Amino acid sequence: MDISWYLELSAVLFVIGVLGVLLRRNVIVILMSVEVMLNAVNLTLVSLSQSMGDPAGQVLVFFAMSVAAAEAAVGLAIVIALFRGKQTVDITQINLFKY
Amino acid sequence: MDPAFLVWLILLLPLAGAVLNGIVPLFIPGLRQKEGLIGSLGTAMVVIPFVLALYLFVTFAGEPVIVTMFTWMAAGDLNVSFAYRVDELSLIMTLIVTGVGGVIHLYSNGYMHGDPSFWRFFSYLNLFIFMMLNLVLGNNLPVLFLGWEGVGLCSYLLIGFWYENLNNSAAANKAFIMNRIGDFAFLLAMFILFRELGSLDFDVILTQGPAMSQTSINWVVFLLFFASTGKSAQIPLYTWLPDAMAGPTPVSALIHAATMVTSGLYLLARLSVIVLSAPVIMALIAIMGALTALVAATIAITQNDIKKVLAYSTVSQLGYMFLSSGVGAFSVAIFHVMTHAFFKGCLFLGSGSVIHSMEHVEHELHESGEGRIDPQDMRTMGGLKKYMPSTRITFMLATLAIAGIPLFAGFFSKDEILARAFAQGYDGAFYASFAWIIGVITALLTAIYMTRCYVLTFEGTERWPAAETVHPHESPWTMTTALWILGVLSVVGGFIGLPAVIGEGHLNWIHHFLAGEEGPVREAGEGHVPLGLEWGLIALSSLIALAGVGVAWQWFSQHGVAFDARIRARFGKLYDWAAALYHVDDFYNKTFVSAVVDGAEKGLAPFDQRVVDGLVNGLARATRGISQLLRYIQTGEVQSYAVGIVFGMVLVVVLMLFA
Repeated sequence: MDISWYLELSAVLFVIGVLGVLLRRNVIVILMSVEVMLNAVNLTLVSLSQSMGDPAGQVLVFFAMSVAAAEAAVGLAIVIALFRGKQTVDITQINLFKY
Repeated sequence: MDPAFLVWLILLLPLAGAVLNGIVPLFIPGLRQKEGLIGSLGTAMVVIPFVLALYLFVTFAGEPVIVTMFTWMAAGDLNVSFAYRVDELSLIMTLIVTGVGGVIHLYSNGYMHGDPSFWRFFSYLNLFIFMMLNLVLGNNLPVLFLGWEGVGLCSYLLIGFWYENLNNSAAANKAFIMNRIGDFAFLLAMFILFRELGSLDFDVILTQGPAMSQTSINWVVFLLFFASTGKSAQIPLYTWLPDAMAGPTPVSALIHAATMVTSGLYLLARLSVIVLSAPVIMALIAIMGALTALVAATIAITQNDIKKVLAYSTVSQLGYMFLSSGVGAFSVAIFHVMTHAFFKGCLFLGSGSVIHSMEHVEHELHESGEGRIDPQDMRTMGGLKKYMPSTRITFMLATLAIAGIPLFAGFFSKDEILARAFAQGYDGAFYASFAWIIGVITALLTAIYMTRCYVLTFEGTERWPAAETVHPHESPWTMTTALWILGVLSVVGGFIGLPAVIGEGHLNWIHHFLAGEEGPVREAGEGHVPLGLEWGLIALSSLIALAGVGVAWQWFSQHGVAFDARIRARFGKLYDWAAALYHVDDFYNKTFVSAVVDGAEKGLAPFDQRVVDGLVNGLARATRGISQLLRYIQTGEVQSYAVGIVFGMVLVVVLMLFA
């Protein structure tokens, strides 16, 4: 298979992730979109590593995955803390700005 | 001791005194009452330089000593350093400045006692001495000009010393602004000299100056003379000096009698080599000096305020000095500067002593409800000789000196001026004869108005209310000591310049010192007046002085203040015109001052309000408007900020790919 398919898939996934972060209201959905973005990047790394025959890309994926796991844990902890105060996961409600 | 080090000390001690007395009490208010400390420091910082200058004088070997400190400006072809010159002329001037200055500092200890700004006074006085020393010791025109401007500044600070009274501030402004007009002329002269000669050092100016084109020389000398009319109060820029009497009396004595006003004379004497090359301008100088002397003397007779009489007297005597310079007798002008410092300083300090006492009288009268008197008005004085013996005797000695009574200091210098003017006229210069005649008339007037001043103040009966119970007192030792020092000098100070008829000119020490073979002052020829005529002139001067004093004594002792009415009746319109100062102040106000004030009110003020303020306010309004629009970027929502990040990232990637 031509590598370009994998790279296109990865780009589309990344854009879907970005749009999710920018446009969705639910904080948990935003976190899921961030995970989608991370996976898109992992896909890029793995496909390029396979096509160039260099295992360094796959090693980097391991690092990225562990960081993603930690980040997911922390992110959800923040969501829980927010919910305790605001009783909502709607990100447009989490705004202290007064004008 | 190394002369360079001494010059350094002479200059820096007064500056240090000014800084210490000015800065320390400013930050430590508790020290402001320590008059003893402040006064002693201030006085010492002038007396020590006097002693050092005396040492330099005694050890002076004939060759000028040049002390260069550091470079001031080096730009293109212009190279100016802080360089100082010790030669005969600067030594005499330094001795006068520090000597008479030291005496006046001593006097100020007594006069300013009790004033809450005592410390500020001494700081300004020391600063003045520093600036004046820069003026007389400088070896190039920029350093001289620094001193020139500096003494103008100190004059402003000291005239307006009691600044809460707006009249004093106005007088200070008038002095400074009129001086600045003269300073503009000074700058133009420096520009011409630099363009022609490429340097402003005295050595260069004095050797290569006379080789300039006649037009350049004429312009330079004229401009420098015009600058001197401002600083030394001659027609047309003299009206600031009578107003300057608003300052404390030691200021009037030091600045407006003994030192600052003589700066113009020093300048002409220093550049005598060039001045002699401009005979047309010299004629102008002599005539203007003579006219100023006469006009000021006529005004002095009509004045009732004791300080105003002395102020116009100063203008008149300065006119004599310019007369002398105009006929080429520069060393005699400096001689008269010296004797004038003695007797005019003594007169001013004496008037201060009188005013000091009369202020106590005024205070007592006011307390007991007798009404107010003006402590400076001679019409409410009289008979003070009973209460103030030291002041009376020294004032009398100084009056006799200024009147030109033989053997007193003023006689020798004034007579020498008139003799030299006559000699130049005898040799054919018509302007000199004209100046001589004016000078003789003025000498008679001088004797009369000064005797009037003395008699109305000290002789006769007391003219203030409740005179049997309210008495003035003699002044403290700090003031009377100063009076005696200057009084004695007014008597003996003239003997250093005995006229040429005695000992064939060998006994005229000051002339040989300043204008001799190697002297710095160049002069016009001595003239060929026969000996008999010279003695005749001396006899004439003596006669005029004695007649003036005698006649005025008779008039004013017998009739007191009432005699003024008789003079007025005799001269009518002329007297009134003189008493109104010939309306010169009014003329200046109507033409120049109102032009500037109206121009500011109608032209500059609207410009400032509409254009300048408009620009500044408009800028503020524009900023506000833009910020009103931009504030919507801040929403507080995380997603809108995330949009911003994504946009930025896309921009960077595009730039990296395509730029």
